[in-house]
Amino acid sequence: MTSRDTSVLLDIRDLSVRFNTDSGVVHAVNHLNLSLHRGKALGFVGETGAGKTTTALAILRLIQSPPGQITSGEILFEGHDIMKMTEAEKRHIRGNRIAMIFQDPMTSLNPIMTVEDQITEMISLHSNLMGNEVSKRAREMLALVGIRPERAKDYPHQFSGGMRQRVGIAIALACEPALLIADEPTTALDVTIQAQVLELIKDLQSVVKTSLLLITHDLGIVAEICQDVAIMYAGRLVEYSDIRSLYGHPMHPYTQGLFNAVPNLDSPLGGKLAVIPGLPPDPTDLPKGCSFSPRCPYAQAVCHEKACGMREVAPNHFVDCYFPLGVEGGQRS
Amino acid sequence: MIIIFTILYFTPGDPAQVALGQEATPETIAAFHAKHGLDMPFPAQLGRYLYKAVFEGDLGYSYVMKSPVSMELATRVPVTIRLAFWAVVISTLIGIPLGVICAIRQYSLLDSLTTLVTLLGVSMPTFWTGILLIIAFSVHLGWLPSMGFDTVGEMVLPIVTLSGSSVAVIARTTRASMLEVIGSDYIRTARAKGQRESVVILRHALPNAMIPILTIISMQFGMLLGGSIVTEAIFSISGVGRLMLEAINMRDYPIIQGGTLFISVAFCLINLAVDILYAFIDPRIHVK
Amino acid sequence: MPANNSMLKYTLIRLRRNYLAVLGFVVLFVLIGSAIFAERISPFGYADQDYMMIRQPPSAQHLLGTDQFGRDVLSRLIYGSRISLQVGLIAVSISLIVGGAIGAIGGYFGGRTDSVLMRIMDVQLAIPTILLAIVISSALGPGLVNLMVAVGITSIPRFARLMRASVLSIKGMEFIEAARAMGASHMRIILLYILPNCAAPLIVQSTLSVANAILFAATLSFLGLGIQPPFPEWGGMLSDARPYIRDSAYLSIFPGLAIMITIVALNCIGDGLRDALDPKQKR
Repeated sequence: MTSRDTSVLLDIRDLSVRFNTDSGVVHAVNHLNLSLHRGKALGFVGETGAGKTTTALAILRLIQSPPGQITSGEILFEGHDIMKMTEAEKRHIRGNRIAMIFQDPMTSLNPIMTVEDQITEMISLHSNLMGNEVSKRAREMLALVGIRPERAKDYPHQFSGGMRQRVGIAIALACEPALLIADEPTTALDVTIQAQVLELIKDLQSVVKTSLLLITHDLGIVAEICQDVAIMYAGRLVEYSDIRSLYGHPMHPYTQGLFNAVPNLDSPLGGKLAVIPGLPPDPTDLPKGCSFSPRCPYAQAVCHEKACGMREVAPNHFVDCYFPLGVEGGQRS
Repeated sequence: MIIIFTILYFTPGDPAQVALGQEATPETIAAFHAKHGLDMPFPAQLGRYLYKAVFEGDLGYSYVMKSPVSMELATRVPVTIRLAFWAVVISTLIGIPLGVICAIRQYSLLDSLTTLVTLLGVSMPTFWTGILLIIAFSVHLGWLPSMGFDTVGEMVLPIVTLSGSSVAVIARTTRASMLEVIGSDYIRTARAKGQRESVVILRHALPNAMIPILTIISMQFGMLLGGSIVTEAIFSISGVGRLMLEAINMRDYPIIQGGTLFISVAFCLINLAVDILYAFIDPRIHVK
Repeated sequence: MPANNSMLKYTLIRLRRNYLAVLGFVVLFVLIGSAIFAERISPFGYADQDYMMIRQPPSAQHLLGTDQFGRDVLSRLIYGSRISLQVGLIAVSISLIVGGAIGAIGGYFGGRTDSVLMRIMDVQLAIPTILLAIVISSALGPGLVNLMVAVGITSIPRFARLMRASVLSIKGMEFIEAARAMGASHMRIILLYILPNCAAPLIVQSTLSVANAILFAATLSFLGLGIQPPFPEWGGMLSDARPYIRDSAYLSIFPGLAIMITIVALNCIGDGLRDALDPKQKR
């Protein structure tokens, strides 16, 4: 994970983000280490509130400064630390080298601008194209996401949720960014539309040749699109590997809980749904030691005392656990 | 929307008529009643009056002033319009930028100060503001005259007085609306595109925030028209407001009716204009 | 209903955090106190004329000076508070009851009744409020009661709309259906179920309307409609003071100050209440 080869596009080191609110300090992200390789798709999985969106916003430095604060860490993009960049440099990156697709298509588009204008704005900001060429490119993008060019002058409210999300994708990919961050792009959509949009993202990823950071809580989606997957819990990374390895034998108790919680068509009728007992911890009052220990069925004394930290337990398979499942010295699953 | 306005267009004279109709009867000018059809049934009176007003431009004749109502109005309307126009312009030009700045720099010193000042501004009765300004600038400092409306110097105090509470309301509304808009997702999207903050505020946030602001501005017209009555009284400006006041004191019904009709119609038209403006700004609204 | 009790406590806690609102309440209490105990507090009667002391600037004996008839300004202001509060309360009561009834009936029964009622409200809204107040007031003639009625009428549409909006939103909620299924009559449903839930915005609007009513009353008195001498209404005192702007400026300042402080206080309370009662608090 700490490799320094040039295939690493994004390297997040020891990132911590907190929010100072009236009800206490929210530790949203804690000492996160994550890297993404060029040309690959990384699935970033966790429950709501685990800190995934915050991480994404931190990458783009879009975290509102009161009340949010990045208290530590470096974010290396193409070798340069984003944390140390000037405002102008950051603006150059946003949209141009790193682009983001947001979660809720109903509210993430400006209601009083035509969809074409919203794309052209992106293009004009980062390229030297002029006038007609800009509109032409905008329409190309619309066509790419499956929206007829006649609708270019329509407004967001005239589109359905799925179509609006496609517009969002068009905007994000307009300048052919090196990294695309998709924050739960299909969560707000109907299941049937979800499949379409995912297909689109997958296709475009290879056409435009961007790397993808896909944030989601849905393990199924990750399996479809990504090569690597990282599991996040309470602001920390708890497991990271490639798909085959992680889906084949999940090692962190939380990850196992996630897989168990997915209903299985083959399980006997009348059985109960498996849940992970307990609730996620209060982000203003995180437990000492491993954040998952209060709920972990295999927790031992040391787990409550001190967090383990990510360690490579199998080739390219990292777990933040003293007793990873299925490993000698750990618990049998 | 247009239907509503058509209906409104025809009924504003109503309350005036109702309110004054009862009073008219005890008057001893019964002869005039017969002559001018004031003893006709009420709906017929209303219809006749409106007909003459709309199609003939005849709003009746004032017995007190001994001249047609329309003429009296005609001489005074331009004055009031100038007063109201400038008041609106100034309150918008000061109010909106102030509101925007306060929204951007929330909780700063400027923001707190402005909140305080606007609170006062909203609570001060127009006539008192006028009087205070006169005391300060006319009596003690002798800088500005306190009467009339012809020279620029004369215009300053009345306009400031009238715009007083408007500026406060507009600034407050702008601030609140901007704050709400700035928190929206699409503003975050705009920033994620790498857009400069100033452009985000001015071209993304402000236009979206304008909608409620426009509503308030059109409501302000109503307040201004009312406030002009008071302002004109204090500064001895011969505008429609003062005319109404004198008419009321002297029970000059034709002028009261004509004036009310005129003011109400003007108000409706302004509201209509603002509604049309909405349609231009917000593509979600369809004008049928 | 236990829910109401805890909501009240919760609201009070949130309200107490708002300094301006607390200040507003303090001022309001002072005002109410001076209105109730006017006779005992004020050094002079409001109509006591002292020809030896015409238009004296503030002094030890007359803390705020005297007016053109030798009447003590402070005393008149104190008695004036009683009048202003009376007008405010009664006018708003009229608006609240009549407007609330219209809004509730329209919202609850819907259909044609609703359309008609709302049209009437729209018509009234087409006329600038001050103008309406002036016209009604002049039609009814001078006097305290007429003043209250005139001001009261002007605020009716605002309450009607507010009530209607609240009623409509509550009407859609399921516990109303449950009540109907139980066989409750319309009247019962409105009074017991709907009204208590509309309380919050109505309270806020009432507070702000009282401020507005006092402002209108002062304006009307200033213009010569409404209260007649020798009653000490603050607006009337201002208009009396006009001829003496040059020499006795203080006569114009104090009554206006009283008006302003009262309205500021009421606005602070209203804003504070609105923030405290809003479930979507943003702080």
